[in-house]
Amino acid sequence: MKKWNLIIDVEKCENCNNCFLSTKDEHVGNDFPGYAAPQPLHGHEWIRIERKVRGSGHMVDAAYCVQTCNHCDNAPCVKAGRGAVTKRNDGIVIIDPEKARGRRDIVSSCPYGAIWWNDQLQLPQKWIFDAHLLDAGWKEPRCVQSCPTGVFRSLKISDDEMADIAKREQLEVLRSELGTKPRVYYRNLWRFSKWFIGGSVIGDSPDETRCLEGATVTLRKNGKNIATASTDVYGDFKFDHLDPVPTKYQIKVMHKDYKSLELDAQVESDESCYVGDLRLSM
Amino acid sequence: MKKAIFKTVMFGLSHALRHTAKKNKDFFKELSKHNCVAQIKLKDDSIGRYYTINNGKVRSSKGIHSNPDVSIVFKDIDVALTFMKPNPDFGEVVHAAKNFQALTLGDDKLVVWFMQLLNRIGTAGLKYGTKMPDGTTRYTTGTNSGPLFVYVKGDKIIRITPIDLDDSDAESWTIKARGQSFTPNRKTTVNPYSMALKSMVYSKNRNLYPMKRVDFDPNGERNPQNRGISGYERISWEEALDIVSNEIKRQKKTYGPGSIAMPIPSHHQWGNVGYYLSSLLRFGNLIGFTRVHPNPDSWEGWYWGAMHHYGNAMRLGVPGFYGTVEDCLKEADQIVFWSSDPESTNGLYGAYEGTQRRLWAKSLGIDFVHIDPHLNPTAQLLGGRWIPIRPATDAALATAIMYVWVKEGLYDKDYIVKNTTDFDQWKAYLLGESDGVAKTPDWQEKETGVPAHVATALARSWGNKKTYLSCGGLGSGWGGAGRNATGSQWTRCMILMMAMQGWGKPGINFGNLQFGAPLDYTHYFPGYADGGISGELQFTACAVNNYQRMPHVLTMNPVKQMIPRQRFCDAIVNGHSVGFMWDGSSIEAQLSPFEYPMPGYSKIHMIWRYGNSTFGTIANSTRFMESYRHESVDCVVNQSIWFEGDAKFADIILPACTSFERNDIGEWAGCSGYIHHNNSQLNHRMIVMQHKCIEPLGESKSDYQIFLDILTKLGLGALFSEGCSELDWVKRVFRSGDLSKKISWEKFVEKGYYVVPAEPEKTRDPVSMRHFAEGRKKDTPEPMPLPSQFSEEFGKGLETQSGKIEFVANSLKREGYDNDERPPLNKYIPAWEGPHSKELYDKYPLQMVSTHPRYSFHTYGDAKDSTINDVADHRVLVNGYYYWVLRINPADAKARGIKHHDLVRAYNDRGAVIFVADISALVAPGLAKTFESCADFDPIENTPDGPKGIVDRAGCANVLTSSRPQQKGTEGMAANSCLIEIEAWSPGQQSKKAS
Repeated sequence: MKKWNLIIDVEKCENCNNCFLSTKDEHVGNDFPGYAAPQPLHGHEWIRIERKVRGSGHMVDAAYCVQTCNHCDNAPCVKAGRGAVTKRNDGIVIIDPEKARGRRDIVSSCPYGAIWWNDQLQLPQKWIFDAHLLDAGWKEPRCVQSCPTGVFRSLKISDDEMADIAKREQLEVLRSELGTKPRVYYRNLWRFSKWFIGGSVIGDSPDETRCLEGATVTLRKNGKNIATASTDVYGDFKFDHLDPVPTKYQIKVMHKDYKSLELDAQVESDESCYVGDLRLSM
Repeated sequence: MKKAIFKTVMFGLSHALRHTAKKNKDFFKELSKHNCVAQIKLKDDSIGRYYTINNGKVRSSKGIHSNPDVSIVFKDIDVALTFMKPNPDFGEVVHAAKNFQALTLGDDKLVVWFMQLLNRIGTAGLKYGTKMPDGTTRYTTGTNSGPLFVYVKGDKIIRITPIDLDDSDAESWTIKARGQSFTPNRKTTVNPYSMALKSMVYSKNRNLYPMKRVDFDPNGERNPQNRGISGYERISWEEALDIVSNEIKRQKKTYGPGSIAMPIPSHHQWGNVGYYLSSLLRFGNLIGFTRVHPNPDSWEGWYWGAMHHYGNAMRLGVPGFYGTVEDCLKEADQIVFWSSDPESTNGLYGAYEGTQRRLWAKSLGIDFVHIDPHLNPTAQLLGGRWIPIRPATDAALATAIMYVWVKEGLYDKDYIVKNTTDFDQWKAYLLGESDGVAKTPDWQEKETGVPAHVATALARSWGNKKTYLSCGGLGSGWGGAGRNATGSQWTRCMILMMAMQGWGKPGINFGNLQFGAPLDYTHYFPGYADGGISGELQFTACAVNNYQRMPHVLTMNPVKQMIPRQRFCDAIVNGHSVGFMWDGSSIEAQLSPFEYPMPGYSKIHMIWRYGNSTFGTIANSTRFMESYRHESVDCVVNQSIWFEGDAKFADIILPACTSFERNDIGEWAGCSGYIHHNNSQLNHRMIVMQHKCIEPLGESKSDYQIFLDILTKLGLGALFSEGCSELDWVKRVFRSGDLSKKISWEKFVEKGYYVVPAEPEKTRDPVSMRHFAEGRKKDTPEPMPLPSQFSEEFGKGLETQSGKIEFVANSLKREGYDNDERPPLNKYIPAWEGPHSKELYDKYPLQMVSTHPRYSFHTYGDAKDSTINDVADHRVLVNGYYYWVLRINPADAKARGIKHHDLVRAYNDRGAVIFVADISALVAPGLAKTFESCADFDPIENTPDGPKGIVDRAGCANVLTSSRPQQKGTEGMAANSCLIEIEAWSPGQQSKKAS
């Protein structure tokens, strides 16, 4: 049995919002009986984009994470729906726009906040994977078609094939600990979830203060080397993919022409850390 | 024989009318609109036939009617046959008409109706759009960011989508670079504002009925002081047309020529027929108007600065870009993005076509550097070294980089000798030999905030790598830091830097892969600046490009008086203004002033505002309130789609429909002379039918129809329309392009688009400036410099006096020109509004930069109750109101007690605006980053804020910006040099610090 899955590559998203807007275009003012009642013009974010900015000074990056209904195989909304929310054979979860009328409880059943309350129609609503279009022969949902950078891949394949891809490409799902078994997978989620520590190495000599290229920087934790990096033409180094927990690190900087330097660096809660300029003298 | 043919055609015409009416109910409806007797005949009455049309029935009789309502009269049989054959040669038709060989007589309204009816016989049977299995019809349309499919059912737009190309469309190109092959996706990309268009069509803010301000009495009290205050009442179209056509006549009689001014809008819709350079100009020329002449507002520094060192006047000082995609991918080591954010501005009309190529560059390991006070979306997507810089100090960094190059010999000495002049004077300036100040990295640090060692590292890296320099969104120049007080200095530096690095050699050029795709540029299709149906020869490229392809009756504005756009308010309120020309014909055309009023013409007493709002797009824009309310202005007409901004200050509102509700045609990104081969941004050149997808909403009408209705009241309808409907004009535009040799009109109208095949690999265009670097004749497909502008043999060298890149610009040092703010040798002169303006800086310590917007195209997309409002990076909903976003650094926010998504009041001596704060490390400290082009204007008046007590809640950053030109003697907008202070704000709150 082939089922629908969605893969979202966080690194490719530049926050253009075409996925969000094309979904609004599809559903605002349009009624698709059996699939979805019209979405209100404003307020609902059936697809929403979250921003994460890391770092400070010049060492800053931003990532955007598209979030939507995960079409979970073990979906809390299906349970809570008591017949008003169904799982289709192709994996897509549909909130019945008739049966779910008045059922505000379905909104709160979703641990991902992906279900929205339509006050006027008294309906819980969410992204339906454009099931109405797929059923009519469209090849992919509108968010996929309208994305300019290829953030999305929508795949109708067997669960085994999907498991292989997830393993091979090291895909993740959101909050796997909930056991909801999402059908929406993520690539490069580390851009959103992990921390970095970085800095800039400067060499002071009698002639010149310069960005020090090619310095060796070692990151240590509890006296153990974790990673090594070499500085670029601007003297910059960056250790990324660090676990998002407040930690005390030690940094050691070495360059053949300069005296070495060691310092402690603390990453605080919810912050990547740019330690600033590290100055080596001769 | 000829007589027999003519007689037969005339006889057949009545059958054709009856037959079409029987088969096509819309045609029958149109036929039934009027009862009349229409005569077609030769002038000498020797042959004739008249048609009696009565309640949709057509009867025709041989001979001459004694009193026909409409007559079409031909001088002789040859002229008659020229007109009466299917798909006539319009060159011959126009020739006959302008030499009075063919005449139309009778009531203008009936003449236009009858001629359009005859044309409609030919278009009534067209298959229009593609029928889909689900019962929808799939149409196509063109937008400011590319073509779309439009799915319609029951006269309602169901959805709009980008276009997936099909197998019958031409193949895509492939570039081979560094062992890899790159081919673009076979689909169109589109910007968010176009993705939101359906919500704009069905917006509750549409102008759906003609309206009159309640206290505007055209025959009595007009109450100009209440513009923007008093409300509106609905009137009929008949009443609206009478008021405006009578006012046009009254203006002429009362004041003489020149009293009607027509400011032009900023690209509020797409197309060749219903465009401001098309229908609006044709209308304006037929009534006579004072032109409000635009400044090159997206070019600015390049036009007023860069051009003087190397020419390219026809590109307004911006470099060319042919072949650069392939060259960059094959050769470049690095791209330096300098004040360049193509992921926000998407070149121009280019959607995300260039994005894929930049991601290819990333995959090839090409290094990226981003010099910008904002870690902009391009930098966010691509990564690379961010070098935050204090706004408007870019020229100082550039100068110091060149200092390092000179000191360390990191420049192309051979190129300097062969291709430039006066380098020794430049070198002396860099080293401080001429003014005692060496332009060292330490010197620039005080100005720019960029650490000296970082500037040095950048200079060395650049001097050792083949580097593409990306300036502004286009990459090959444009906008960016060219729109602040030192904008010209920056652009001048950019040209000089490239000269020092060997501009044109492999891997060394301007660009960021946005422009220069390997497409076929020999295939001609008119862009909007070709003037569409305007017939305007002076201010469009009609005479150069499309007139010989689409002959139509020329029009001419007899009023020579002009007002510079940035000085419009001064002209109205102070009665006088001076400007400098935007004129791409030469380097020198910009140097002499023009003044308003011009002797012999009337001052302005009527404003015809067409298109969209100016409050968001023109500096220091609260001045518009004052000018709209000025007692000298008798009448303000606003012809627009949405009730926003300027529309709120009108006496009469004429409701225009969107391009979804009328016919048009256009090439994606085709703007012709505005940017020659602007379509080189695209992965596939596409020429698109802009179908009338639905009927106009409410009582709105197409701009073309509104002009036609007004002009018909003045007896000018037949002249304006040439008997053509918009669809007839679309067909004429179609026939003017080369695609008419490749695809039939019928097929085009059904499918909706044509993809121009890419240029074969073997015949692709060479790289821009390669010929110059190699001392050869020009080989890129640009009609510039003009033949007379070569100092050497035709084709050899540049447009400058020396034919070379001039380190000291000859055009700025000729006799009679002396401007210490724009010296021939480019000197760093700090911004007149910035950290050097001490007193002001103490009071307003934040530098506001308001760039071209990301989620709207000028005002296209913003406000209007559109779904764009829901994009959190564009507007944020706070207490039921969508506020415009202002981005600030966490340190600046903390110092002022401002939290993320708090409302803030931004203010200076010019006014105040309420924004919502977005706080992140993406903006450097001291910077307030926002976008210009808010579509609305929502003043809260009579508050203690600002000199006029105005606070704008809609988000017009330009309320705060200065209208001072970059340098004296120019018209360059410098809105990005703007000092402000901000404070937390809540609705109803009295400000703590009244200015």
